[in-house]
Amino acid sequence: MKLITCVIRPERVAAVKESLFRAGVTGITLSHVTGHGGEREVVEQYRGTSLVLEFHDKVKIEMACSEPFVEATIQAIVDAARTGEVGDGKIFVQPLERVVRIRTGETNNDALTPITANEVQARAQAEMPAVGA
Amino acid sequence: MSADTGISAGDTAWVLISAALVMLMVPGLAFFYGGLVRKKSTLNTLMMSMAALGIISVQWVVIGYSLAFSPGNPFIGGAHWAGFALVGANPNVSYAGTIPHLAFAAFQAMFAAITIALVSGAVVERMKFGVYLLFTLLWSTLIYDPLAHWVWGDGGWLHTLGALDFAGGTVVHISAGVSALVAAIMLGKRRDFGRAPLVPHNVPFTVLGAGLLWFGWFGFNAGSALAANGVAANAFVTTHTAAAAALTMWMVLDVIRNRHCTAVGAATGAVVGLVAITPAAGFVTPSAAIAIGVLAATASFFAMQARARTQLDDALDVFACHGVAGITGALLTGVFATKGVNAGGGDGWLAGNPHQMVVQLIAIVSTIVLAAVGTGVLLTVIKALGGLRISLADEIAGIDVTEHGERAYHGGDLGELAGGLGDSIVMSHANDDSRTAA
Repeated sequence: MKLITCVIRPERVAAVKESLFRAGVTGITLSHVTGHGGEREVVEQYRGTSLVLEFHDKVKIEMACSEPFVEATIQAIVDAARTGEVGDGKIFVQPLERVVRIRTGETNNDALTPITANEVQARAQAEMPAVGA
Repeated sequence: MSADTGISAGDTAWVLISAALVMLMVPGLAFFYGGLVRKKSTLNTLMMSMAALGIISVQWVVIGYSLAFSPGNPFIGGAHWAGFALVGANPNVSYAGTIPHLAFAAFQAMFAAITIALVSGAVVERMKFGVYLLFTLLWSTLIYDPLAHWVWGDGGWLHTLGALDFAGGTVVHISAGVSALVAAIMLGKRRDFGRAPLVPHNVPFTVLGAGLLWFGWFGFNAGSALAANGVAANAFVTTHTAAAAALTMWMVLDVIRNRHCTAVGAATGAVVGLVAITPAAGFVTPSAAIAIGVLAATASFFAMQARARTQLDDALDVFACHGVAGITGALLTGVFATKGVNAGGGDGWLAGNPHQMVVQLIAIVSTIVLAAVGTGVLLTVIKALGGLRISLADEIAGIDVTEHGERAYHGGDLGELAGGLGDSIVMSHANDDSRTAA
C-alpha cells in the first residue's frame, strides 16, 4: 500500500479527477494549499501599492492505493496535470503502514477499494472521452 | 407654480429626489471604503460612514443647519434656525425661492453627513470608535458648519467675495481631503504599514460603491441647481462626462504604469472625476468637463503613487482623491467657468476674467487653513483627553471584533464545523433553563 500525494495546478484539477476516475482510483482527498516551486512571482497592483505574490495557489490530492493501482495512479496524474511549464507540481509516494475503514472496521487492502469504484470507473470511461485517445 | 408661495412642484420634486440620491452616497461610500480595507476591519469602516449619517443628521436639525445657513456674521450663522425653528414649508428666498425651505435644509443635511464620512477613509483600522463619533460631531459643528456658511451662507465672506463653488468642491472635498491628511498624520500609521500587505479585501464592494457614488452624485451636483432647470441639466451632463473622462484617463495611466487596467483604479478614477467637477458642474460646458476629468485624474493618480512611497498612512488616499482632485477642480472652475452656461454664475479666465483665479485661490487657501488648523486642534485636544487609537493588541486582533463585537464574515472555516459558535449559544440556553428550573 502506498500513500500518493500530488500537488498540482488548480486549473488541472478537473482533468486529473477525470483521469483518476478512468483509471479506477475513486477515493481521493483534496485540499487548497499554497506553495513555492520554481515559478516566477506574480505582481498585483492596488493604486500605488505593489503586492508581490511569492506563493502560488495549488491543490493537493491525497490517495491511498493498493499496490496494483500505484503505477496507474501516477501515470494518470502525470498525463492529466502536465502542461510543460514550470509549476506543474510534484507527486510524492510513501509506504503506508495500515488503513482502517471506519464504517466497517475492515483493514488494509479491503479498506482501500471503494464499494462504488467499478461503477464510478465505468461511468467515467463511458461519459468522458479519453485524454489523448 | 402656486400663486401665494411661489413653490414649483417640479423644482421641489427634483430637490427632494436629489436629497435622497445624496443620502445613497453614504452607503455607497461605505462600500467603496469597506472593500478597500482588510477583512477584519470591514464593519468598522462601513460603520464610520453609516454612524455619521445618524449623528450628523441629528446635529443638523439641532444646530448644524442654523450655524451654516441662518443669518449671522460673515464667518458663522446664528442660532435662529436651531431645531429647524422657522424652517418650514414656505421657501427661503435667499437660498431657493421655488422650493420649501425644509427641502433645501434636508438636501444640505446629506452634504454635511457625507463630508465627515469622507474623512474616515484616512483613519481606518485603528481609531477608537467612540472617539471617532465624538470627532464627527465636533468636526461638523466647528469646521463644516462655519465653512458652509463662508461659501454658501447668505452674507458668508467667500460668498460675498464671489468664489465659485457650485456643489461643494471647497466645502466638502477640499475640507475633507485636508482634514483626512491631518488626521492620518496625527493618528500615525497602522502597525502593519510597511510590514504586511495592506490591500483591498473585496474589490467588488469598491466597484459597487463607486457605482452608487456616481449615481448619487447626480443628486449632489445637478440637485445643487436647486431647481429642475437648464443649469441642473448642464450639471448633470458635466458630472457624468467628467466622471467618464477621469475613469478613461485612469485606465490609460494604469496601463502605462502597470500594464493592466485595474478595477480599483477605474473605481478610483470615476470618483476623482466626480470630485473635480463638483465645484464646476453648473458653471462649465461639457467639453470643459472632459478637460477637468482628465487633468484631475492625472493629478490624483500621481499623488497616489507619490503617497505610497512615503510613510504617510492616509489609508484610503482621501487626500490624493478628495484633496488633490478637489483643489484641481476648484482651480479649473476659475479657468473654465462661463456665464454662457449659467447667467447666475461667473466668468473664468478663459471667458476673460483672470481675476476669478485669485478669488478661487483665496477660497482654496482659506478652506485648507480652516480644515487643517481646526482638525489639528480638535484631535490634539481629544488625544490629550484619552487617546485616539485602539490598543496595539486590538489592532492586531482586528477592530471589528474589538470595537464592535462582531465580524463581517462568519462561516466556511473549521471552527464553524467544530461547533464553537453553536455550542456557546446552546450552552447559554442550557444555563438559562437550569436557572429557571432552579
